[in-house]
Amino acid sequence: MTTISAPAPTRPWKASPKDRLRDVALFLFAIVGTYVVVAVTPMKGKLAYFGLFFIFYMALTAGFQWFTRGSAAAKDAFVNSLVAIGAVVTVIPIASIIVTVVVKGSKGLHMGLLTTDMSMSAPTDPIASGGLLHAITGTLTLVVLALIMSIPIGILTALYLTEIRGSLTRPIQFLVQAMSGVPSIVAGLFILSAVLYPITKGYSGFMGALALTILMIPTVARTSQEVLKLIPNDLREAGVALGGTQWRTVAMIVLPAARSGLITAVILGIARIAGETAPILLLTGGGDRVNPNAFSGSIGSLPYYIWKSFNAGSPEAITRAWAGLLVLMVLVLILFSLARLLGTRKVAR
Amino acid sequence: MSTIAPERAVPTPRELTTEPRFSDKVFRAVVTVGGLSSLIILGLIALFLGYRGFEVLRQEGFKFLTSSDWSISTDDAGNVLESHFGLAAMLVGTILCSIVAVAIALPISVFSALFLNFYAPGWLKKILVTVIDMMAAFPSILFGIWGFLVLMPSVEYWAKLLHHYFGFLPFFKLEPYVVTRSPFVAGVVLAIMIIPIITSVSREIFSQAPLDRIQAAYALGATRWAMIKAVVIPHGKSGVIGGAMLGLGRAMGETVAVYTVLNIVFQVNWQMLLGAGGNVASLIILKFGEASPYEIKALMAAGLILFFLTLIVNALADVIVRATGRSGR
Amino acid sequence: MNDSHESEKENMETTTRPSSLADVANAKVQKAPGTRAMGTGLETRGIHAWFGKNHVLSDINLDFAAGTVTALIGPSGCGKSTFIRTINRMHEFIPGAAMAGEVLLDGRDVYAQGTDVTKIRLQIGMVFQKPNPFPSMTIGENVLSGLKLSQQKVSNKDELLEECLERAGLWNEVKDRLGAHGGSLSGGQQQRLCIARALAVRPQVLLMDEPCSALDPGSTLRIEETIRHLSDTMTIIIVTHNMQQAARVSDYTAFFLSDGGPGQMIEASPTSEIFSRPRDKRTENYVTGRFG
Repeated sequence: MTTISAPAPTRPWKASPKDRLRDVALFLFAIVGTYVVVAVTPMKGKLAYFGLFFIFYMALTAGFQWFTRGSAAAKDAFVNSLVAIGAVVTVIPIASIIVTVVVKGSKGLHMGLLTTDMSMSAPTDPIASGGLLHAITGTLTLVVLALIMSIPIGILTALYLTEIRGSLTRPIQFLVQAMSGVPSIVAGLFILSAVLYPITKGYSGFMGALALTILMIPTVARTSQEVLKLIPNDLREAGVALGGTQWRTVAMIVLPAARSGLITAVILGIARIAGETAPILLLTGGGDRVNPNAFSGSIGSLPYYIWKSFNAGSPEAITRAWAGLLVLMVLVLILFSLARLLGTRKVAR
Repeated sequence: MSTIAPERAVPTPRELTTEPRFSDKVFRAVVTVGGLSSLIILGLIALFLGYRGFEVLRQEGFKFLTSSDWSISTDDAGNVLESHFGLAAMLVGTILCSIVAVAIALPISVFSALFLNFYAPGWLKKILVTVIDMMAAFPSILFGIWGFLVLMPSVEYWAKLLHHYFGFLPFFKLEPYVVTRSPFVAGVVLAIMIIPIITSVSREIFSQAPLDRIQAAYALGATRWAMIKAVVIPHGKSGVIGGAMLGLGRAMGETVAVYTVLNIVFQVNWQMLLGAGGNVASLIILKFGEASPYEIKALMAAGLILFFLTLIVNALADVIVRATGRSGR
Repeated sequence: MNDSHESEKENMETTTRPSSLADVANAKVQKAPGTRAMGTGLETRGIHAWFGKNHVLSDINLDFAAGTVTALIGPSGCGKSTFIRTINRMHEFIPGAAMAGEVLLDGRDVYAQGTDVTKIRLQIGMVFQKPNPFPSMTIGENVLSGLKLSQQKVSNKDELLEECLERAGLWNEVKDRLGAHGGSLSGGQQQRLCIARALAVRPQVLLMDEPCSALDPGSTLRIEETIRHLSDTMTIIIVTHNMQQAARVSDYTAFFLSDGGPGQMIEASPTSEIFSRPRDKRTENYVTGRFG
């Protein structure tokens, strides 16, 4: 094998230092232009800066390309800026939400937040009195109950769509999609009309969990279906060829192979329902004290606590609402990161 | 030659029957029942809401959709003396808010999906996809309260600008000058909620644009934008529309975010900047607290209408997205 | 392994089978390179290519005289396709790609700083392995799509359309249904449509990356005829696995080989020579079918 002294690899299509300098110059020109226009015209405010800067930048880059390379390149440069705006505008609200919740919510944090409930305090009391214990335990209760009901149904639906593949696959696929679009308030009304009024006649955590189950099933079913689809077919055939029944093949080969992906599906389902508010407002009653019995009596939850505090309106109550939102957001973020972490090794054996 | 070719008997195909074992029969039965759960639940929702709302729907008839009068008077014993239930104002509000939301969210989502697929370097794409997916998992109460306390003050400013420069258009007109808590503000909050949904659907569809056509366009001297216009947009058009319909469905059914932001008024209002409106879902939360049993029935009927509305929008979305999936292959 | 199968297919089409590849190469009209006024042609100087850390192509120096057809032959994975993709700068679309060397078109480096890459691709057209007409466009729109993509204006669109389809050998088959969609054509017709599309922007050089590998023998012959016609007015570089095809259509042939390391150019000669008296033992082994 002849060894040839190869030259160093280069990437001549990447921007050269000169190109970068030009880009920076255009960027700076756009900033200067924005400042001048904001200073001399009545247009003011963050939005004016933001909007004008993009208009300047777009015009400068597109104009530059027009003179050096012609109209096609100018249009291309124009769209370059446009899609960048799209991405920036998409990300700004997320950043704003996270920053606001952290800044405002942290003011409502105190030592007793996770150890006391609101049975002895009102939302308008000073922040140091009362806490979130009832809301956190309540949310946990609701989520666990909803999990117990929705995991089997969701995974069975996914199994029907991937393993049985009967004549109803297409309609059921559609119905699962339709179910994921059911407004949460409608799920709440349904439980109200079908269970709470005719049977239990009183608020309870279980009622809330039933409504959350309806909302969680499609998320679990669709994500599980995606995961089960990734399990290679020869694994199934190997199971059946070894003389296993379909039931044993699914239970001992397919489901274990998809385990971490199924966990991801469940976690995404939890993230979907943990902050769901509308059906909780209709069905749980939102008590202020820790209620260990999920089947009778009103029960608190994070969304209900946030809602109640927010509507109480006083500065203390609003701070409580932000603190509740912070706890809820952290919960959702943790769940989401867990799902991501597991999801990256979805089909790992 | 003399021998007559024996007539070839075509054998009748043997039937391949597999008699499943008992355990498999049970397994298939259980899974099928589980698979039918979505059908059962959706059917029960329609059945129960229809059953509870039937009385009101019969009494009000078509007026339930066309009038905007929502009032009930009872005597001291709690018997209903007179009642009028009409959803028109709320239906208009539902449509107005969700259309504003989609109109704002669609271009932004398409641009950011294009950015993610064709412009962003790999590391940035990875971060942004995670962040946007995470945003899709945020609870709506978070958007509602953030929208009310943080976004509204600045949207008011934009609303005033819109009124100032585009006031000659009927839906930007503002007769009594009340801009806070308008359908426009609610629409902006809903737009922020559905941008992640439309972005991820669009991103998925765009990433399936055929690579050989993309290369063909570049080889013909296309700029990136010319390539996108010639290959990616025709490929992804109907998928993006389907994604927008999914977002529309979500926006129509949203309760808490709209209730928090909107000033709910029973009056048909097409002026999106005026601080009056509401949607069906927020009406249910508003009236539920102090509703009499008869009014609850009216709310159930309203829920039924909302259920069918979102079902239709989702069905359309499904049909459109699937149609693209097939033609793309 | 593949070639014996393909030459069988060829055999069904051609009535008299020439005794050897060298005879095939000699049978066609020979032409002197560089006699026409169409620029000075294309040169590559020390081309190397990498995918990430993987060095796939090493030190390719080739001259392509104007108005000639050059065939690049060699076993799979020897870097032929990568090489032609460095010529019109399609190489850089693969993440992690890198290169070294120069590609000189009329003496100017296509990789020089400040070069507009879209202009380069207009001068160096490309036809791909699989026919890839734009599905959303009609036949006519497909042919003229290059002009639309690069925002060029032409006054006589209909003339250009007819001329390009005529040169690609497709005009008679599609002239009555220019408004039909490109997908309604057969595979061979689609490939000729793609050639017509590449011609419409009037490139100096046409790169063809195994243009017949997805086609039936009949369509292959039509495309080969088209290539011979086109070579009167442009420089053509064709990658092929089919040595019969190389012998039939090309004036020059270059043999590429990878010995496990980066692909190298072993030998480049006039086509009749490379098939009759190859200078390198490895070339001989390949063209006589002893390996590959």
